[in-house]
Amino acid sequence: MNVQKLLRGEMKHRTREALHGYAFVFIWIVGFLVFTLAPMVETLRYSMNEVTVTATGIVMDFREWQNYTRALFTDPNFVELLIEYVIKTLVSVPVVLIFSMIIALLLNLRFKLRGVFRTIFFLPVVITSGPVIKELAAQGAASAPQVASSAAVMQFLQGLPTYLRNPVEYLLTSFILILWFSGVQILIYLAGFQKIDHSIYEAAAIDGASAWESFWKITLPALTPTTIVNAVYTIITLSHFSENEVIRYIYSRTYDVQGGIGYASAMSYIFFLALVLLLAVVYGGLTFGTKER
Amino acid sequence: MEIPLNRERIRVWLLGSRTSYGALFTVFLYLLLIAIGFVYLYPLLFMFVTSIKSPQDLLNPMVQWVPTELYLGNYVKAFRVLNYPVNLMNTILVSVAPSLIQTLVCSVIGYGLARYRFPGKHLVMGLILATFIIPPQTTVIPQMLTYRELGLLGNILSLILPATFGQGYRSAIFILIFYQTFISMPKVLEEAARLDGASDWLVFARIAVPTAIPAYVISIIFSIVWYWNETYLTVIFLEGGIQTLPMQLAKFTQAYENLYPPGMVNIFDRINEAVKMSGTFLNILPLLLMYFVMQKWFVESVERSGITGE
Repeated sequence: MNVQKLLRGEMKHRTREALHGYAFVFIWIVGFLVFTLAPMVETLRYSMNEVTVTATGIVMDFREWQNYTRALFTDPNFVELLIEYVIKTLVSVPVVLIFSMIIALLLNLRFKLRGVFRTIFFLPVVITSGPVIKELAAQGAASAPQVASSAAVMQFLQGLPTYLRNPVEYLLTSFILILWFSGVQILIYLAGFQKIDHSIYEAAAIDGASAWESFWKITLPALTPTTIVNAVYTIITLSHFSENEVIRYIYSRTYDVQGGIGYASAMSYIFFLALVLLLAVVYGGLTFGTKER
Repeated sequence: MEIPLNRERIRVWLLGSRTSYGALFTVFLYLLLIAIGFVYLYPLLFMFVTSIKSPQDLLNPMVQWVPTELYLGNYVKAFRVLNYPVNLMNTILVSVAPSLIQTLVCSVIGYGLARYRFPGKHLVMGLILATFIIPPQTTVIPQMLTYRELGLLGNILSLILPATFGQGYRSAIFILIFYQTFISMPKVLEEAARLDGASDWLVFARIAVPTAIPAYVISIIFSIVWYWNETYLTVIFLEGGIQTLPMQLAKFTQAYENLYPPGMVNIFDRINEAVKMSGTFLNILPLLLMYFVMQKWFVESVERSGITGE
């Protein structure tokens, strides 16, 4: 009987804890259902219809997969923009990761004026908005100074096959913009460095490891989770950025009078799928690469 | 005796020892930092120099980095085109109000996830991560149509409502920040208060919140910055109602030509890159000021609060 009572008490305690937990999280669950899940389902429905907005409401005309086939097979722009987006993202992510890691490594050292340099490297986070980037890029302030326009580089680019030329050209002309997306990542790497136990480095130094060796054998493997977080963060930021060509295209089609909403919805879902695949590939690549080592 | 000692000293001075880096490395380090720093600042320098060029300087190919005079006419025009005082206040309102609400709500949610066990908790956390990945494009059209029906389009409520329910701009990140903060805080004080008969909400408000002040500060400032710079949702939800600085910058040329019709003004008053750069600079100026005042908070507290994700 005692045991039963205890059990009942325990049960009660657990249920109470769960109820209190739900009380704190409840608002999020409601929000998710109302502001995320419901609109997502609705968009999915739009994507299979021809949607017309009239004065009295929305008129839908079921079209099965027609919007999807239009985006993938008929539209001359969408697939091209999508491929370009995937290539640009795949080029940008390693640049952002490597640069933010180098800068974090430098900022982790002891030297004077460290605060000043931190302030500089973190500045872009504060001022990077779509219209600002657009204006800067339009004035040519975004390319690596003098490099992209020099004759030698032009000649080098001419010699490359098209599938290589585009990414390289993009890298040269948008180099600074790519760097500008690495502010938060620097902070995450700095936090990652501080988590590594210093005694490991001392032990390695006693065994005769150079700083170079301990970077590759200790720091880099220990940073793998941080790198994955950073990679995911970078991909998401680049994908959701309002100047992203695919997003701009979807937005511009939304206001088409004839079937715009349905078509834009279908493209949104294709874009979502591409983003998830991209994340899966990068995530898989990073985890696989570290298991090899 | 003297000479080897000196040699040793020079060697240490150049190459460093266990306690110092050595001159060679230090020089290399600063060169590298300055080079990267220049690359980072290049667009800002370019923007600033261009913005103070007079129309004559713009046309003169000899003038690259040093304008012949400090010309403020561009700023006067850009100030008018951006309708600066009004739109600045709008932007502040549109970024501060949702940020405060978002931070408060996310801290409540993060606390619930960090402190309580309940069935479905892992599902909720998984879904929170998913909301970070889901592109706004898959949710924005029905939202926009609903707001239109309710007459909320162009109203700041269209940004505040999602934030109130933990679905604001990048809410997932803030929930994770608070989750990390609360889970790494010792429970002892909260348990003691609970034994004294304090209710769960009282424990949260009186004990958990005060200890998490740094997390609140980063959360609020990052939230403000991100809401300020976010233009996709603000354009869709606010266009026609509230006008923010980034929105106005996005249609700068058009707004300029409304104020200074190309056929009516002389050639020097037509739109040029100097005016555009002035507009861009005016756009980021408030954020720059805020950053330089609060940069310690920005750069240091993120490390301290230990947002590393895993």
